[in-house]
Amino acid sequence: MFLIDCPYCGEREQSEFKAGGEAHIVRPKQPTELSDDEWAEYLFMRKNIKGIQFERWIHIHGCRKWFNVARDTSNDVIKVVYKMGEKPPTI
Amino acid sequence: MTNNLRVKSSKFIDETYKISFKFNGTTYYGYKGDTLASALLASGIHLVGRSFKYHRPRGIMTAGSEEPNAIVQLHINTSRTEPNVRATEIEIYEGLEASSQNCWPSVNFDIGGINNFLSPILPAGFYYKTFMWPASFWEKYEYFIRKSAGLGRSPIEPDPDIYEHRYIHCDVLVIGAGISGIIAAKTAAKNGFKTLLIDEKSYLGGSTIYQNSEHFKINNQISSSWLEKEINEIKKIKNLEIKTRTSVAAFHGYNFLLARENLTDHLPLNQRNNKIRQRLLKIRSKKVINATGSLERPLIFDNNDRPGILLSSAIDKYSNFYGVACGEKNVLFTNNDSAYETAINLNQKGIKVEAVIDNREEVDSKLIKEVENNNIRVYKGYTVVNTSGYKRIKKVSIMKLSLDGQKIIGSKIYINCDCLGISGGWTPAVHLFTQSGGKLKFREEDQVFIPNKSFSDQISIGSCNGDFTLDEILSSVPKILKEFLNIKKSDFENLEVHSSFNKSKRNIWLLPSDKVIGKTKPFVDYQNDATAKDIKLALREGFRSIEHVKRYTTTGMGTDQGKLGNMHALGIISETAGSKMGELGTTTFRPPYTPLTFGTIVGRNVGKYFDIFRKTPIHDWHVENNAEFENVGQWKRAWYYPKNQENMHDAVQRESKAARDGAGILDASTLGKIDIQGTDASEFLNRVYTNAWSKLAIGKCRYGLMLNEDGMVYDDGVTTRLDENHYIMTTTTGGAATVLGKLEDYLQTEWPELDVYLTSVTDHYATISVCGPDSKKIISKVIPDLDLSNKSFPHMSFKNSKIDKIKCRVMRISFTGEHSYEINIQANYGKSVWQRCMEMGKEFNITPYGTETMHLLRAEKGFIIVGQDTDATMTPIDLQMDWIVSKKKYDFIGKRSLYRSDTIKENRKQLIGLLTENPDEVLEEGAQIVADINKSPVEMLGHVTSSYYSPNLKKSIALGVVRGGKSMIGQKLIIPMENKQINVTVADPVFLDKENKRLNA
Repeated sequence: MFLIDCPYCGEREQSEFKAGGEAHIVRPKQPTELSDDEWAEYLFMRKNIKGIQFERWIHIHGCRKWFNVARDTSNDVIKVVYKMGEKPPTI
Repeated sequence: MTNNLRVKSSKFIDETYKISFKFNGTTYYGYKGDTLASALLASGIHLVGRSFKYHRPRGIMTAGSEEPNAIVQLHINTSRTEPNVRATEIEIYEGLEASSQNCWPSVNFDIGGINNFLSPILPAGFYYKTFMWPASFWEKYEYFIRKSAGLGRSPIEPDPDIYEHRYIHCDVLVIGAGISGIIAAKTAAKNGFKTLLIDEKSYLGGSTIYQNSEHFKINNQISSSWLEKEINEIKKIKNLEIKTRTSVAAFHGYNFLLARENLTDHLPLNQRNNKIRQRLLKIRSKKVINATGSLERPLIFDNNDRPGILLSSAIDKYSNFYGVACGEKNVLFTNNDSAYETAINLNQKGIKVEAVIDNREEVDSKLIKEVENNNIRVYKGYTVVNTSGYKRIKKVSIMKLSLDGQKIIGSKIYINCDCLGISGGWTPAVHLFTQSGGKLKFREEDQVFIPNKSFSDQISIGSCNGDFTLDEILSSVPKILKEFLNIKKSDFENLEVHSSFNKSKRNIWLLPSDKVIGKTKPFVDYQNDATAKDIKLALREGFRSIEHVKRYTTTGMGTDQGKLGNMHALGIISETAGSKMGELGTTTFRPPYTPLTFGTIVGRNVGKYFDIFRKTPIHDWHVENNAEFENVGQWKRAWYYPKNQENMHDAVQRESKAARDGAGILDASTLGKIDIQGTDASEFLNRVYTNAWSKLAIGKCRYGLMLNEDGMVYDDGVTTRLDENHYIMTTTTGGAATVLGKLEDYLQTEWPELDVYLTSVTDHYATISVCGPDSKKIISKVIPDLDLSNKSFPHMSFKNSKIDKIKCRVMRISFTGEHSYEINIQANYGKSVWQRCMEMGKEFNITPYGTETMHLLRAEKGFIIVGQDTDATMTPIDLQMDWIVSKKKYDFIGKRSLYRSDTIKENRKQLIGLLTENPDEVLEEGAQIVADINKSPVEMLGHVTSSYYSPNLKKSIALGVVRGGKSMIGQKLIIPMENKQINVTVADPVFLDKENKRLNA
């Protein structure tokens, strides 16, 4: 089980958190203007890479805040934790 | 055979404390400090079990947790019975009863032994190959296969013992209290780290603590004396906690480890009552030091599994630690110096060693010289080619090895013996290291896998790191510790170490035989009866990946997980396939290191604590009034209230009729309630629901449907506008938490500019719903001040009110189609208000109803239940709820998905009503719906989602989803059941009061 450094509460155990999938996928401002393919790209397509992945987590049993995490999916090492709205760090 | 093989008093055994125990019904004696294995060996017993597949007689092979053969059932036919316990780990206690497994009628005469002679027709994959054909026979085969499958018997009564879980946080965790672990624990603790030292055994000091040889000295003291002083010292250190009888089961990422602490298993049964038996420790350590030691390897030759064949190190421990001779005529077979230590020890205790067989040619070793000086014959460059003796080894046959080690030459020599010690060198116990994600590297010179890279803050020291000899350990461990703990100096540097061990080893994975391999049984996995022959067969049949070979041959899949033989399996694969060991890799080491009891895993979470549940404020009333409960999410909800031995059907029929004819009352407190405030609250609701919210007047309620971004129905419920910028949303009972999470997600990540605040208030209010034609009269008695006229308080509106002095919110909303009111009041007044409603409603025959009646009533009205009539593949259009999807709104969650090419298809599954030809026939929920049963394969059009007998309509009604169902109203369909077909007609899903007259009645 990971230890996750919640940017609002500090280090807590993974059981207090819930993962929310890949980060930095912005909901289109005007979905109705999109073709089926463009909408499907937003809705379904995820990278699922081996290596550093930017992903969303929520401190569901804590402050209930969403934030971002840069995690190496090959060994689960969390490199950086940063707030929503912040740019992904270069790693 | 003599009955006492105790050879010498040992300080680890208390000979003044005699203990009696039973093995297979016979009483034996041992002493405090004995394990079941050492006590049996002292009584001359080697044969303890039968192997899994061939039922071959098997004996004690090791002296530790790696034991593959000597696994027994404890206390058979009692609630405390436990299968597959290693005799080498059980400390004997007064009252212990153990019995052999996998044999019938007895371990001495086992009918299953015939499999041994059938073995030529039982190769690897026998079951896969044989029982495939014909496929329809599987059910017949299965009965017999199941009977012979599995080891031991599981208990059938509830476990009488108590277990618990405990969290431990520390700076440094040291796993293993052998010489390396003791050094590590002392170094860490002395430098101020909060340290925890764990060992699976009952004592500290590992194998060094019973090492009394002049050949191994530290600072001119015998190694065990030196270590004993260190142990006495560390026991006094305050910031060092020591846990013995504690086995680390799992090493997860982020230095999170699970360990099982055994607290009472060594106590007499009558001293265990009300004590915690085992404790699961959940350990978080900043740093972890693996000092898990190493396991001696067996050697792989024909018939290497007979009772009386032990690891050489085990014979050494039995004589040194327990004072027990494993045999009276011992032969040792080795490829390294370890067995000579054993020979010297046995010789000193007066235990006869007939010969040492060494597959190495001439080696310059002090240990060998001493053995030879004691007139023990050493056969150099020889190998054992076979053994004989069915229930106990009687003889070994040996032959000279060719120079390349691949063949045997010369003629056979026979040596009589009753015990054979084998030593194939040492394998680092890297199990925990790899569990944590650590990677191994292969060291060619002595053919071992040792720890390499790791991503967590941990280190391996001592023999689990490939440093096997005393001098290697004492020179490497202090250095590694200094760097790992970032400290300047160590007390253990510059020790004067004397070790006579010569490190040379001649590793031959599969020793050559004078017979062809097909005629031999060189066991690699003892417990599962996998031989070298089986591994070669798997390779011939095309298996290449070691993970596949493992599963096909079952090598390493027993309760011991192949701790002894896995390396040989890899070696044989690599030799046969011509691949390099380092490239081949290992199979995956999985937790637990040794088996855990279910009790330890669940801890205190048993019985009513197995899964915690939530109670409404009115729960006690339901219990007092005989309610049956159903689980909804984590809630206990009143399901129905049987009266006078009614069954469920009768109770539900009565409740449903009463709710429509007079009045019904429902505890709806479990519905999720989210308080929504902020200047953008209306805009927020506009975006999350499919319908429009901006124009909802203050004091009004509206039903809303929430979709996922993929357009599928996610949740539903009524939301009330309490004030300009204040709403209260209700969600389904099961969906409350996920809906809140989803709403927070959009608020925080997509629309942070919105001024909206969400608060879960589910637990803050009790919700009481009173419905039926008489509900208005009842509420007017409960809250006399409230104006209930249709004009002032119409359907879908709300009013603030008071009951006595307590504020409450009353909503006029309905899930049954009846005129109804919902009282929301501070939770702790819930029960008294409920009781008042019951009292005031008495004259109207107010009837409490549960969730089953609620489901029936709403089905009569064709109202959906999200999760029952929907399954994450239903859009609002599929549900025939087009009316709730706003055409005007520019956007809401899921809108764009409602006109994807797939969601606009005409023949999607759509919600419809179903009426049976025979009005008394009630359909089964989940039953499949078809049109034509003659065309094969029969096309499945959909399934029944809700089905009831309606007492109000006096007929069976059902909801279902059917492909293209919307346009099939009036069409006949078929529901095929196991022994009949039911004819149904597709109908409108609203069965009762389509005009909604009752709502305003």
